[in-house]
Amino acid sequence: MARPSGRDRVQILKTTTTDFEPAAAGVAAPARWQDYLLLLKPRVMSLVVFTALAGLFCAGVPLNPVLAGTAILCIAIGAGASGALNMWYDADIDALMRRTRNRPVPSGRVQGADALAMGITLSLFSVGIMGLAVNLLAAGLLAFTIFFYAIVYTMWLKRATPQNIVIGGLAGALPPAVGWAAASGTAPLNAWLMVAIIFFWTPPHFWALSLTTNDDYRRAGVPMLPVAKGEPATRLQILIYSLVLVPLALAPAFTGLGGWAYLAIAGVGGAVFIALAAKLFVGKDKVDAKRLFGFSILYLFLLFAALLGEHLAGLRPLALRL
Amino acid sequence: MSDPNNESEAFRKARTGRNIAIALGLLAFVALVFAVTLTHLGGNVISNAT
Repeated sequence: MARPSGRDRVQILKTTTTDFEPAAAGVAAPARWQDYLLLLKPRVMSLVVFTALAGLFCAGVPLNPVLAGTAILCIAIGAGASGALNMWYDADIDALMRRTRNRPVPSGRVQGADALAMGITLSLFSVGIMGLAVNLLAAGLLAFTIFFYAIVYTMWLKRATPQNIVIGGLAGALPPAVGWAAASGTAPLNAWLMVAIIFFWTPPHFWALSLTTNDDYRRAGVPMLPVAKGEPATRLQILIYSLVLVPLALAPAFTGLGGWAYLAIAGVGGAVFIALAAKLFVGKDKVDAKRLFGFSILYLFLLFAALLGEHLAGLRPLALRL
Repeated sequence: MSDPNNESEAFRKARTGRNIAIALGLLAFVALVFAVTLTHLGGNVISNAT
């Protein structure tokens, strides 16, 4: 059965929702080019590009600047394509949430079919160019990343299980491996270590956010952990994942991937991360959830910036080795 | 088909902006393919010469 267009679905929601009015629903404002840019989720894209850059440089293989730039461009566009497909499919629930109701499709500025077409076109473009210009392993990993985010996470897991962002987080974790594969044509253990760090960082990061936007997810019927299992269970899970994440984030210092600077940042940052997660678990305060969410972004940024900085500055000989 | 004369100024502006964005995107794509081709071609020429 054909999916109704974004505007149609918003209209349906308008007539069936009594306790919440989606903002600007059904308004036929002209679509500007900036609306199509928003479909690509530029803020998510910037984090993806940053972690992919870290993977690309940490591979330690000299790569032609044109091909390196092409690889990063393909990863950025692939991430954007995933975002467009996500916004097409999720327009119905986006319209019900304050955080997302002004996105281009639920607000009616861009037709759902246009978002779908853009997502498919850019997916094919990014994977095709990556395969032709860089290498097939990087193209295959990029294709898998897009598939996992758009199909497995968006269309299946997100509305089906409270573990949605745990499993679906793999899509957001893969860019360093794509970058590493683009540079070297291989994906060794250290590349997957970077993936694992982001994978275990995602649940405490997202659940801290969802603790503060609980009502949004409940209204939209998305079984995020706080909605499905309650806030105490979520705070416990955040603490457990934080206790797994922090030692894992120290590991690169012992595998030749990170050096002393990385170790210092991972150590201090990890201690703060666990302290904030513990405070949230004990204190049950929404402010603590916001604080952990904000710090989690800084923590991941500093970890990958340290890896990137050490490799660019040639500090790897200082790395600890078991 | 819609009559262009009846379209509002806002719609015309938005459409022009979208068209310029598409044109720039296509130009960037051509430049990308050109640069990648030269890079691969250059590598092959060097490896054949040695």
